[in-house]
Amino acid sequence: MPLNENEFRPKIVAFCCNWCSYAGADLAGSSRLSYPADVKIIKVPCSCRVNPMFILRAFEKGADGVILCGCHPGDCHYSTGNYYARRRMTLLFSMLDYLGIEKGRTRVEWVSAAEGVKFSQTMNEFVEKIRSLGENVRLGDLRCKN
Amino acid sequence: MSHRDYSGKIKEISGVNPYKCMKCGKCSATCPSFNEMDIKPHQFVSYVLNGDIEALAESKSLWKCLSCFACVERCPRDVKPGKLIDAARQIVVRERGGDYLSADEIPELLDEELPQQLLVSAFRRYKR
Amino acid sequence: MQRIGVFVCHCGSNIAATVDVKKVVEVVSKEPGVCHAEDYPYMCSEAGQMKILEAVKEKNLSGVVVCSCSPRMHEATFRKAAERAGLNPYMVEIANIREHCSWIHKDMEEATEKAVILARAAIAKVNLNTPLKAGESRVTKRALVIGGGIAGIQTALDIADAGYEVDIVEKTPSIGGRMSQLDKTFPTLDCSACILTPKMVEAAAHEKINIYTYSEVDKVTGFVGDFTVDIRKKARSVNSDKCTGCGVCQEKCPSKKSLNEFNRGLNTRSAIYTPFAQAIPNVPVIDRDACIKFKTGKCGVCEKVCQAGAIDYNQQDEIITEKYGAIVVATGFDTIKLDNYDEYAYNQSKDVITSLELERIMNAAGPTKGHLERLSDGKAPKEMVFIQCVGSRCSDTRGKSYCSKICCMYTAKHAMLIRDKYPDVNVTVFYIDVRTPGKNFDEFYRRAVEEYGVNYVKGQVGKVAPLPNGKLLVQGSDLLDNKQILKEADMVVLATAIEPEASVRKIATMLTASIDTNNFLTEAHPKLRPVESPTAGVFLSGVCQGPKDIPETVAQAGAAAVKAIGLLAKDKLTTNPCTAKPDELLCNGCSQCANVCPYGAITYENKEVNDHGIRETRRVAQVNSALCQGCGACTVTCPSGAMDLQGFSNRQIIAEVDAICR
Repeated sequence: MPLNENEFRPKIVAFCCNWCSYAGADLAGSSRLSYPADVKIIKVPCSCRVNPMFILRAFEKGADGVILCGCHPGDCHYSTGNYYARRRMTLLFSMLDYLGIEKGRTRVEWVSAAEGVKFSQTMNEFVEKIRSLGENVRLGDLRCKN
Repeated sequence: MSHRDYSGKIKEISGVNPYKCMKCGKCSATCPSFNEMDIKPHQFVSYVLNGDIEALAESKSLWKCLSCFACVERCPRDVKPGKLIDAARQIVVRERGGDYLSADEIPELLDEELPQQLLVSAFRRYKR
Repeated sequence: MQRIGVFVCHCGSNIAATVDVKKVVEVVSKEPGVCHAEDYPYMCSEAGQMKILEAVKEKNLSGVVVCSCSPRMHEATFRKAAERAGLNPYMVEIANIREHCSWIHKDMEEATEKAVILARAAIAKVNLNTPLKAGESRVTKRALVIGGGIAGIQTALDIADAGYEVDIVEKTPSIGGRMSQLDKTFPTLDCSACILTPKMVEAAAHEKINIYTYSEVDKVTGFVGDFTVDIRKKARSVNSDKCTGCGVCQEKCPSKKSLNEFNRGLNTRSAIYTPFAQAIPNVPVIDRDACIKFKTGKCGVCEKVCQAGAIDYNQQDEIITEKYGAIVVATGFDTIKLDNYDEYAYNQSKDVITSLELERIMNAAGPTKGHLERLSDGKAPKEMVFIQCVGSRCSDTRGKSYCSKICCMYTAKHAMLIRDKYPDVNVTVFYIDVRTPGKNFDEFYRRAVEEYGVNYVKGQVGKVAPLPNGKLLVQGSDLLDNKQILKEADMVVLATAIEPEASVRKIATMLTASIDTNNFLTEAHPKLRPVESPTAGVFLSGVCQGPKDIPETVAQAGAAAVKAIGLLAKDKLTTNPCTAKPDELLCNGCSQCANVCPYGAITYENKEVNDHGIRETRRVAQVNSALCQGCGACTVTCPSGAMDLQGFSNRQIIAEVDAICR
């Protein structure tokens, strides 16, 4: 897709756990399963490493969507990390929703190392959703917007 | 409308992805009207893939399919040839125009001998 | 501020065809902290690594960013290169611009822009990196093999031959697994038991191998080199030390109506039983659900007839706790349930059977003593139909999406053996594709067609209907002749898809080994590390990793053994230095981190701290870095923000977020 000046290019941060989802993203890559370039991945050891602070920071800095990917429940490399992540994110996302950041801008998805197709599909869906929601203006710190 | 568009239309109406077909022939194996058909259920998929909709529209098979959906039920790949046939039939019927059925007309058509599925399928196809 | 060198790899054309590497170099060289930026066709090559070495020395770099393939591929390579240049290996970060960029995007401008952003994030992170030092942990020189089939036996033998102690845990009363149920093996038609039993005997007799049959893994803790495993030895109700294996108890047992699992439920067995004649150990088990003594308290026939006095009704489950350095999973497979395939009438007719059931029927020790006969009326069949791909290659909603791999060959074997032994039986095989890659495999299949006259029909079967005359009406397609075939068959054999043994999910969870949507265990790398799990110290042997035939299983079992030996041969392992670290001044001693730690790595200590000149004793968290695996659960739980994860610190991740959202 050629770049178009007027087209809305969302900023999307994807946190992926090292053991499942990052490997799933690698598999999507080696299988050439494309998804929009708007998604940028940050590797974390486990989904439970993702501090709600990181997500708030992303929105503050102008992210339009944040997605957190981890191992399927029961498959966490550290046994229980994804359960903590699930609880934390449930709370955080409902608070963000209250603050005016629509539920569609945040998402938790379980992607295993074998699920390249799921990774790509998830990212395509998520970007589609963010594009339909448009630019995130609610939590952006105006001082960060030059 | 070109035939290429028709093949897109068939995919749209049926909601079926014919590329998933692996040519196992289970649809034809399971079809009760197989011997009546000139284009067999498994061939239907390749006709749609090749965009040869004219042949399908003129085939006997279109009207020999009972819509029993055994092929839909048993297709191992969710290609569901029965849905393709149904969609092709719907396109032909729509082209002809006029033949509509409203819910009010159904009680008159009721017949003890008639399989109920036929009415359901007719209503789905001919409703306005 | 660090002095950072950025190295952008072309990866031949893998990256350079989609990402303008020159432009990436140009843009990132203006980033804060970057003192050096260059591109090279293959950074992972020796010459590419030399570029890093030279630049580190010449420009006195303190951090390195390599924009290349996934860190899962070459992070270790580049860390070693940095180490050779005198840098701390943990001062290297990788920007994944291949798997996460060039391979999935087509537009060059877009991909280049993304590559720059990914590089910026890595640069921002390196700016905050600190040198880390890996610790050491010890290796217990003992391996555990879960599963006593051919895969487990072979792995255990190979590890034991290298001089290490091995324990096999097998949940059924005997080792042998699926292979012991097979009659003949393709493509040589060897008798399965004849080639398996010597291996079983060898394993049982090996001084380094210890076999726990009728046992299951209950609990696994620890990590690579130092696992602690609880093995539940289920109560056999027979004292193995006293039993002589004479078999009188089984003969005299009055309860003989339990389905014989070994014969796939096609006949019955006594309540006290050994699964098959060559069972190892040759010590029976009392099935307590079927035993009259256990159900009513009255019977005790086996106890009376046992000359050795081996029967022990009071035996209890026993938990054995053992330490292991390596664990090999060899849990194998089962055939799928056919509930979704009503059209084949499997549940309606006794004469519709699975291939594994046919294997038992053909076997001399099977329910029909090896005579091919219909299970409904005992008559010899004249017309047999084989149906391929039953449940394999289906949509996920119906069956299994994968090819079970072994069915084409065993069906050719069955067809050939039947035509050989009973030349008057007509055999028809309905197939979608015949897949016979493998040494002497296609020749084998062609022999079935050309020499034995097996009738192969390209097309699936839509319906099998039992007829009033006792036969089965098979309605199938012949796609090549464009015909619908109606055939009256005496027996129908279904090449039923295989799936991982159901217990594997529980085991994988205990081992924290990842598993795919079909319950196959995932490899550390699908091509380059096919016998290792991503969880260090866990290895994969046999069908638990994916469908395999016997030669492949044996080969992989050997490979898994070599990987386990490679681990056991080490005295010490270097540990991951990315562990949690508390800031003692911020810690308020609340214990929340200790509660979430899955490894019990956090303890509390009363320690004297100096808080801005005030000296006082406080209760503060301490992390045992040998136990900490670096998940980071504690860092997020800590209410005062005292806990941080080295290598993935709050500041580092926030710097990455900032770089991406800039």
